[in-house]
Amino acid sequence: MNKIIAAFAIGVVFGIGLTIAQMVNPAKVLSFLDLAGNWDPSLAFVMGGAVGVAAIGYRLVPHLPRPLLADVFQIPTRTDIDARLLIGASLFGIGWGIAGLCPGPALAVLALGHQAGLFFALAMFAGFALFEIYDRVRMKSK
Amino acid sequence: MENFTPISALTGGSLIGLSAVLFMLLHGRIAGVSGIAGGLIVPVAGDWPWRLAFVLGLIAGPLIYMALGGRLPVISFPVSSPAWLVAGGLIVGFGTRLGGGCTSGHGVCGVSRLSMRSMVATGAFMFTGFATVYILRHLAGV
Repeated sequence: MNKIIAAFAIGVVFGIGLTIAQMVNPAKVLSFLDLAGNWDPSLAFVMGGAVGVAAIGYRLVPHLPRPLLADVFQIPTRTDIDARLLIGASLFGIGWGIAGLCPGPALAVLALGHQAGLFFALAMFAGFALFEIYDRVRMKSK
Repeated sequence: MENFTPISALTGGSLIGLSAVLFMLLHGRIAGVSGIAGGLIVPVAGDWPWRLAFVLGLIAGPLIYMALGGRLPVISFPVSSPAWLVAGGLIVGFGTRLGGGCTSGHGVCGVSRLSMRSMVATGAFMFTGFATVYILRHLAGV
């Protein structure tokens, strides 16, 4: 139960961060991605603030014997650069550039009553599902 | 640059970083939204409830911010045709799962851990994001 409450609370902090940073506004995100237009560098400061805080926290937290509500730290260890990483990340950037929404803001904007956000989020979950199907077909053919 | 908002960007970004640190401290995991939300598609026992709680927290975040007296930013969707939104959502959903992360998992968490995979992925999605907006806005005139 504590895990569920903690996850909800952390989601709330994340959602408030996205709201204050104005990342829930696709126009703001697109004006960052529009280098040749009326460029708005704000998003770089969002990334800078987030990376700065996380970099400090991540240096301290894993020194604990274990997480407070789980048995082990699950930190990614892979270092290989494979085609999936490159193709997946490149595709993600294309979709991000089309609509100005990435997964966090796509969810955070949902309760604010914008039909466009709902279309995007539903399609994003369809994309998640499409990946699961693709992954299973790939695994079988191996 | 008249829309540049460095203070709110840094503040919001820091909260996003804080939620990433809290998630590591409590759950021992990377706070990647595409991974957490995408994991809802194929339910794993004991795993589904906290994933859903995080997503619901993310959705509730802006509402709680308003309830605390915060002012929502202006939200506008420069790209609002359902066809573009659905295409963008599908590509973001599939691409983030294939590439193992999005702006949060790779861009914030991975970069702050100095993960080579995440730094390469972040470079890739930033590049295709910039390129997509350039092509759509300045070449195709969408």
